[in-house]
Amino acid sequence: MIKLHVNGTLHTIDAEGETPLLWVIRDNLGMTGTKYGCGIAQCGACSVMIDGVVTRSCVTPVESVADKAITTIEGIEQDPVGRRVVEAWVRHQVPQCGYCQSGQVMAATSLIKAKAHPTDDDINAAMINLCRCGTYTTIRAAVHDLAGSAEHAA
Amino acid sequence: MITDLSHDLALDTGAPVNISRRRFLMAAAGASAGAFVLGFGLPIGQARAEGAVVTPGTRVAAFLEIRADGTIRLQSPFVEGGQGIFTAMAQIVGEELDADPATFVVENASPGPDYKVMGTGAGRRITGGSNSVRSSYATMRRLGASARAMLVQAAALQWGVPVGELTTAPGHVIHAASHRSLAYGELAKTALDLPVPAPETVVLKDKAQFRWIGKSVARLDVRAKSTGKAAYAIDAKVPGMVHAAVQHAPRFGMEPDSIGNADAIRAMPGVHSVHLLPGCVAVVAERFWHARRAVEAARVNWREPADPAAIRAMPADFSTEGFAARLAAADGPGDVAEHVGDAAHAMTTAASVIRATYQSQFLNHAQLEPPSALARFNADGTLDVWLANQAPDLFVADIAQRTGLTAENIALHSPMIGGFFGRHFKYAGASPYPQAIALAKAVGRPVKVIWTREEEFLRDTLRPMAVVQFRAGLDAAGLPVAIEAFSACEGPGEGQANRRGDKLDAAALEGVTGKQYAIPHRHIAQRYVKSPMALGYWRSVGHSMNDFFYECFLDEIADKGGKDPYDLRLHLLADNRRLSTLLKAVAEASGGWKAGPYVAPDGSRRARGVAMASPFGSETAAIAEVSIEGGEVKVHDIWQAIDPGTVVNPAIVAAQVTGASALALSQLLVETAVYRDGVPVARNFDGYQVLRPDRMARVHTRIVESGEKMGGIGEPGLPAVPPAVANAVSRLTGKRVRAMPLAGQTVNA
Ligand code: FES
Ligand code: FES
Repeated sequence: MIKLHVNGTLHTIDAEGETPLLWVIRDNLGMTGTKYGCGIAQCGACSVMIDGVVTRSCVTPVESVADKAITTIEGIEQDPVGRRVVEAWVRHQVPQCGYCQSGQVMAATSLIKAKAHPTDDDINAAMINLCRCGTYTTIRAAVHDLAGSAEHAA
Repeated sequence: MITDLSHDLALDTGAPVNISRRRFLMAAAGASAGAFVLGFGLPIGQARAEGAVVTPGTRVAAFLEIRADGTIRLQSPFVEGGQGIFTAMAQIVGEELDADPATFVVENASPGPDYKVMGTGAGRRITGGSNSVRSSYATMRRLGASARAMLVQAAALQWGVPVGELTTAPGHVIHAASHRSLAYGELAKTALDLPVPAPETVVLKDKAQFRWIGKSVARLDVRAKSTGKAAYAIDAKVPGMVHAAVQHAPRFGMEPDSIGNADAIRAMPGVHSVHLLPGCVAVVAERFWHARRAVEAARVNWREPADPAAIRAMPADFSTEGFAARLAAADGPGDVAEHVGDAAHAMTTAASVIRATYQSQFLNHAQLEPPSALARFNADGTLDVWLANQAPDLFVADIAQRTGLTAENIALHSPMIGGFFGRHFKYAGASPYPQAIALAKAVGRPVKVIWTREEEFLRDTLRPMAVVQFRAGLDAAGLPVAIEAFSACEGPGEGQANRRGDKLDAAALEGVTGKQYAIPHRHIAQRYVKSPMALGYWRSVGHSMNDFFYECFLDEIADKGGKDPYDLRLHLLADNRRLSTLLKAVAEASGGWKAGPYVAPDGSRRARGVAMASPFGSETAAIAEVSIEGGEVKVHDIWQAIDPGTVVNPAIVAAQVTGASALALSQLLVETAVYRDGVPVARNFDGYQVLRPDRMARVHTRIVESGEKMGGIGEPGLPAVPPAVANAVSRLTGKRVRAMPLAGQTVNA
């Protein structure tokens, strides 16, 4: 039995310690906002926050996060920064199919929590999740909006 | 236990149980008992039983439910997969109904004749070909107007006043003379009992009165998609459900004979059962992770197909490199797709002739949501299936055939799709629903099958590869008088049929055919080369590669004739007002045409390219600006002008053009599906490259509404981008780009 703190709630999980956190969240806890896209840390669809830091849950063994605070997209609006990110996503009409967006919102929230006013380089380094619908430029605009900065011409 | 179902395609389910289709519809729409509803007035099953002939898109009750609280539930004939169709449908229906699109809850309608609103008569229903809005615009407007007329009629009856004294304001019927008003939600119950007015009696709004059509109305699904609440097929769950994972045959057509380590697999943690299915083995478990771990550990003995040709089996010696060589070696006159004038003769009298050979690559759809399917057999003999799909009625027909159930006893739920781009049409062996159905039958519980990314890349259908040989003749003034193109390829329709049809597959050459430039002599032909590859429709289909070929070769013609590529296009479109307007619009949007190379303010050397396309009823023109950084092409800006005739939602158009541009850059810059020894080299995103955020360009969309016949939006933003970028790269490097992708080719400024 593994104890998990997810969105402020304590869960007792019956799973092998090496089970990826992603599948524990989706199957054991039945919370399906966190998405599976590749399973090998390539796409970022499965991103959650562990103690406020964005983490790809598909390659995170559940036993490694037993004592940590896990935030999934279902809990994002409990976080003041997360709430701002969601509002920016709505304001900029970011999602298309939406499948990558739980992970994108997680990545942006983690970034702004770590640095309220990220530079272009910070944004480039942090916003690396794949989006097949091509919402990259809209994501950037939303993050810049949150950071209170203008986008620099490249 | 191991069940062998690999030969058991048609499942015997016993006698069909009589069940009302209405129950499915009600459940599918989540209609709650007791709500004041305008909707589901006539159960569709009943209509069928009575032999009623349904005219698609006319029965208001099949589409709309107006609730007491004023929310409006709309059954959309088209599935939402990111293209914004649910919002567009709410705008179009809401405009004529006089109800704010923001008050709509839109869902994908169940299969059934009401929703075959594409075209006239019996119609059909697919979400594809950038056809949703343009094929149903008039029908859906009339539907909204009919519903409004019914609500007005209901108010007239209630107040005892003539209909002519009533008007509407969003969500309300108003009697100005007596200062009375009733919300639609209050009228819906009465309106339900009224007859639907004959479509031809319904008056539509004048365009000048539009309140929502043509405006950037906020999308209805954005908040749900930003908070993880949007539910896709992969998220579907029902009580008692178990999970399944599969291991596909390494090559399509092979079948599982046995599992060498079956006992060990069965003993793995969480495993419920192990199954041999057509083309795969499956493990069922309470948890997906257990199913996946076990199925991946299975050592399967595969057997080769008895008759490979009959099923388009993938042979062990197939490679994309070898196939490219076959395409390049294809010869002969081929089959004529477009023939105007006498190109062959014009070449002999031309002042100069140029030739070039172009090539494209196979591409995966790589939509981010991997395929999944949930199947549940119910106690009453009915079957529920949850599946991402672009053509519900076709899938139901196939499920009926597989199970022996009648269509009335099959409920297909089609949730939002996590990206499709052509992935979810009915392709042989490319969808997990037959597996889910067979497993649910075998284990007696609902089963959800999820394909891992690796299994998906083994069964995805690919965008075809082509090699095109061009020849052009120029006159003494350097203008093209003749163009000839021989495309060696197999179209997606030909691939699906696994044979050459009686007619040409229009999707094979579109974009090399159908060009609007005034070149008097044209000869375009296809050299059909059969492959064993599973081919599919990929965003913008033939246009995705063919406009690249043609528009890049047109730049070569310009170079040869000493013309500027923009000026040459304008010259060749001198008699085409719509396209010359569009070309000028994109030039203006980019700050005026300049080819370069030039030095940008940041010191980088840059150049621009231009290209055009006529895809899916719309017209597009693109200009791209590029530089070379560290041996890699950097695309800074893309300006794209699009003329779809008429626009419903400009913000969604801009989003679609941007998204299509991203896919266009992806295929030009990085993307290619490589096969060796009959298997894909890359099975996940570590090996299969798609555009990453750092390679994305800024995209600026300029909408030109010519008022011409309405065209598509989802796909047209793609085809002009690869050639615009490639032409810019060629301009900058002095070396023609003639193949996609650029990855693997050397580019030096
Ligand atoms: S599913 Fe975890 S990174 Fe793709
Ligand atoms: S919105 Fe579809 S993958 Fe990002």
